[in-house]
Amino acid sequence: MTGTTQINLPPSPDQLSIARLVPKGSRVLDLGCGTGALLDYLIRERGCSGYGVEIDDANVQACVARGVNVIQFNLEDGLALFGDSSFDVVLQIDTLQHLRNAEIMLRETARVGRIGIVAFPNFGHWPNRLAVLRGRMPVTKVLPYQWYDTPNIRVGTLRDFAALASQNRLQILDSFGLQDGREIRFWPNARASRAVFKLQRA
Amino acid sequence: MHFADVLPLRSGASIRAYDLSYETYGQLNADKSNAVLICHALNASHHVAGVYLDESGQVMSKSEGWWDTMIGPGKPVDTNRFFVIGVNNLGSCFGSTGPMQTNPDTNEVYGADFPVVTVQDWVDAQARLLDALGIQTLAAVMGGSLGGMQALSWTLQYPGRVRHAVVVASAPNLTAENIAFNEVARRAIVTDPDFHGGHFYKHGVLPKRGLRIARMIGHITYLSDDVMNEKFGRQLRDATGIKFSTQDVEFQIESYLRYQGDKFAEYFDANTYLLITRALDYFDPAGEFGGDLSRALAQASAKFLLVSFTTDWRFSPARSREIVKALLDNQVDVSYAEIDAPHGHDAFLLDDARYMGVVRSYFESKVSV
Repeated sequence: MTGTTQINLPPSPDQLSIARLVPKGSRVLDLGCGTGALLDYLIRERGCSGYGVEIDDANVQACVARGVNVIQFNLEDGLALFGDSSFDVVLQIDTLQHLRNAEIMLRETARVGRIGIVAFPNFGHWPNRLAVLRGRMPVTKVLPYQWYDTPNIRVGTLRDFAALASQNRLQILDSFGLQDGREIRFWPNARASRAVFKLQRA
Repeated sequence: MHFADVLPLRSGASIRAYDLSYETYGQLNADKSNAVLICHALNASHHVAGVYLDESGQVMSKSEGWWDTMIGPGKPVDTNRFFVIGVNNLGSCFGSTGPMQTNPDTNEVYGADFPVVTVQDWVDAQARLLDALGIQTLAAVMGGSLGGMQALSWTLQYPGRVRHAVVVASAPNLTAENIAFNEVARRAIVTDPDFHGGHFYKHGVLPKRGLRIARMIGHITYLSDDVMNEKFGRQLRDATGIKFSTQDVEFQIESYLRYQGDKFAEYFDANTYLLITRALDYFDPAGEFGGDLSRALAQASAKFLLVSFTTDWRFSPARSREIVKALLDNQVDVSYAEIDAPHGHDAFLLDDARYMGVVRSYFESKVSV
């Protein structure tokens, strides 16, 4: 990688749908912010401020190149850098499924942010169910990996996550599915490839 | 540059008049808004980039600036865009007023009588240099290690004069272990029979033995165990085998350390070494806030880039994270890169693509002129 690498991808349709959940002017912490596209959008279009957290060197550089504040560390080490309720919104977009300490990170998200927004690939989406019925693990746009070389160490469904949230005394303010940037509110667990939850401490 | 005004020091002493050596690179723009000040670490100077030419126009060997990987035309700190100032600190042996110069009050060489200077004193002196150059605000102040401490101190002493601070492989203060290493190095120097209480100039000798050992200790702490093993391992100097000597050089690493120590003792001043390590020991902006770094950094209004290196055990990533945390507590704009490089503390002087990339991106995207 050279010094001038820039990955200035715009936010995806799913990211734009998630961005609508973030109140204007919020202080945002984006856990696993990737190249910073969503945070950049929130800062420019919704008057937000804040920081991304990212572990990958190329992504960190991409964030810096965009002018987005980014802190490089491994989320498995926890969120001790951040004080209680120090952010209006903590985002965990497509991050949870990579974490070994997913449950702790969920609690930390609720500690650090007044609200948390979590999005992850929904394993309950019907093509995934169909693939499993056929006896194979699914390979889809949202879960594009073969079972033997996937970085996703957690796969769950909307219903699984709702159960985990209540087990951790988190109040679900909103939840829906996302399919190609569209909100799916009717049978989202079967009809959407991505799950979105907005929550706060109960 | 000569300064005729008295400089009061944190110790209560003062320097009546003094010189600072500096070099500049690139052009200062019309509104004087593109200046980047580079603060140096322990054994460096104002010569941060480029090479020196001899009288016949040939590049002089080993005349490369100590941060030449970082600074220059087209480099991460691009001198086509920025006006870079390399400054040599007070107390140095590389041109600025220091222990080797004559004390105007006594007409004798300062030696051990040169007052103890702190990081804050250096920053005050640097601010006067900017005044003299007509520069009100710095686009950025930047430094590694002890230089990073100066950059951090700039944001606290002159918050209105710094737009960005780039703090590399640094710490908010030294740990006891770090002070201990400094103390061993200092004892090596002051117990050298040629030290004469710091007035060795009068005796026509130099405490080279002490300086050598001080440098050997320092050098060990700047590298990582992995790099040392990779470079030297258990290689013997004499391929025919060990000589069962406790005095001779047996292992290559011994030979290397002796060489580094000898080289250092040739060019570095013992009193300067004592002063600079003391400045390191004393630096502690949280000190006057009951150890609360977050409160100390509440005065900072610059935007920050911090970089650390995973194998740096002298200024470990955990120490940089303390600064990051304190900045986050104050809702300051900060980015932090933790570079997984094998080279230990020395990595901040080396050409790592990820390290150079993130600094380059920061200067390109964030630092306006």
